[in-house]
Amino acid sequence: MRWINTKPTRGAQLALMLLPFVLLIAAYAAGSAARLAGNANDKLLPNFVGFADAINRLAFLPDVRTGDYLLWSDTAASLMRLFAGLGISTVTALLVGMAIGMLPYLRALLTPFVAVISMVPPLALLPILFIVMGLGEASKIALIVIGVAPTMIRDLALKALELPREQIVKAETLGGSSWQIALRVVLPQILPRLITCVRLQLGPAWLFLIAAEAISSDSGLGYRIFLVRRYLSMDVIFPYVAWITLLAVLTNFILDQIRIAVFPWSQLEKQG
Amino acid sequence: MSELIIENVWKEYGDQIVLENISLTVASRAFVALVGPSGCGKSTFLRMLLGQEHATRGTILLEGEPLPAEPRPDRGVVFQRYSVFPHLTVLGNVLLGKELIASKYKAKLFGPARRSAIEEARQLIAEVGLSGAETKYPAQLSGGMQQRLALAQALIMKPKVLLLDEPFGALDPGTRAEIHTLMKRLWNETQMTVVMVTHDMREAFTLATRVVAFERPRDRPEEKERYGATITRDISIWPPRRAGEFSHFSPDRDGPVVLQGPRRDDPSSSPSGDR
Ligand SMILES: Nc1ncnc2c1ncn2[C@@H]1O[C@H](COP(=O)(O)OP(=O)(O)OP(=O)(O)O)[C@@H](O)[C@H]1O
Ligand SMILES: [Mg+2]
Repeated sequence: MRWINTKPTRGAQLALMLLPFVLLIAAYAAGSAARLAGNANDKLLPNFVGFADAINRLAFLPDVRTGDYLLWSDTAASLMRLFAGLGISTVTALLVGMAIGMLPYLRALLTPFVAVISMVPPLALLPILFIVMGLGEASKIALIVIGVAPTMIRDLALKALELPREQIVKAETLGGSSWQIALRVVLPQILPRLITCVRLQLGPAWLFLIAAEAISSDSGLGYRIFLVRRYLSMDVIFPYVAWITLLAVLTNFILDQIRIAVFPWSQLEKQG
Repeated sequence: MSELIIENVWKEYGDQIVLENISLTVASRAFVALVGPSGCGKSTFLRMLLGQEHATRGTILLEGEPLPAEPRPDRGVVFQRYSVFPHLTVLGNVLLGKELIASKYKAKLFGPARRSAIEEARQLIAEVGLSGAETKYPAQLSGGMQQRLALAQALIMKPKVLLLDEPFGALDPGTRAEIHTLMKRLWNETQMTVVMVTHDMREAFTLATRVVAFERPRDRPEEKERYGATITRDISIWPPRRAGEFSHFSPDRDGPVVLQGPRRDDPSSSPSGDR
């Protein structure tokens, strides 16, 4: 049989899915054991006991200086910034993207502008943001918005443009005005794409968040990682990275489940 | 009355002349089939009747009035594809026209208004043979069912003119024959004038009262751009077919056909169940 036609069974699929993770953990364990055997005080690759210690200290014991449970207060601070940034981007992208996709005048006005803006490297703007908006939350949220909103706008505008012309014409023959067509034909078909779009922007959003926190902050997951870097605390950095990854993966998964639950037809389309 | 008068209409895209001097008067309640080779401008012509495209020269009158420059509810349409909305159920698709007309800002109906609209939509859904599929999404319907849904969706607006662009082109012959029966019945029962583009001569002569052929008189490659298509044949079916009238000549051909039992294009009702 051709390779392109051989498919794994369900069991094999599960095993294959887990394999890379198991391999990664095993490779790390081996490397850590080797280094610790050479030098018991090695800080570069701590073993899993070291991780458990650090996690226990950060998640379940109050910090001696502030009395906070650091992992949770960092997570809350970061997620607040992340979701504020993503939320503002999502609403902007939906409104502007749909308008560009539907209205030729706005398309002529904004398409080139948004295309240029989306090419500005957001991190290069960070100093400006700090100068203009101060070092508080606003500048960090603004960085996320500047980083992800232009791409989302372009994606949604394209998606609105991609709707078959026939559908729009059909809606016109059913008596729809521009507003009604936006509300009943374009918006519902764009929303599933909007969710997918947010999922794809989760990575960049985290990137900008951590960059902003690394440079100026007093809390947050990115702040903590860059703080403990000075003490080579790999036992903190690794769990934090894993935790950020887990948060991103969970958000991604939940968003997709929301899409399937709220827009069942979008899943049918995919299968069809 | 819904008479269409097309007078000396030309359509050009840039340098390319697509249609050349088309004049045609379509009587009220007529059923015109448009045939012609691929690329000769049949869809373009239909889009002009719809208001989606505009004639470069010439005029189109509906009931003596110049055609509005935009698609309107008085002219319904069914395309070969993408005629129904994938995000709405069968019921939602048929209901949409009612909701857009009745509710200017929310485009949704509530309470008794909604109930009566649903009642009307259900009747129409039954009319086209989709009873029982009201809660399904288009992706769950076969091609034939989707086209019947598109018909119901257009008909709820009670259009004066119904425009069809190869609506049944992708269906198998059996399913197509069934939809022809439905189409004939709908045309007999409603007041509308129908213009249908088709590549199937048999379909044209089974359904239409008049078959009009578009063709480029000169089709050598170097002349193609400079000469558009014109009407080369205009055949009225004889003995004449008239909407809503029983034909004494050939009741078999034009009489109402009663169809019972499950339809061929409904997978859930096919005897083997696996189509
Ligand atoms: N928007 C457009 N811009 C430029 N040329 C166009 C446009 N729409 C159609 N044409 C040209 O007009 C001609 C007629 O196209 P049309 O789609 O009307 O043909 P048709 O008779 O419907 O063909 P078919 O039977 O294949 O559907 C084609 O040569 C096409 O290239
Ligand atoms: Mg065509």
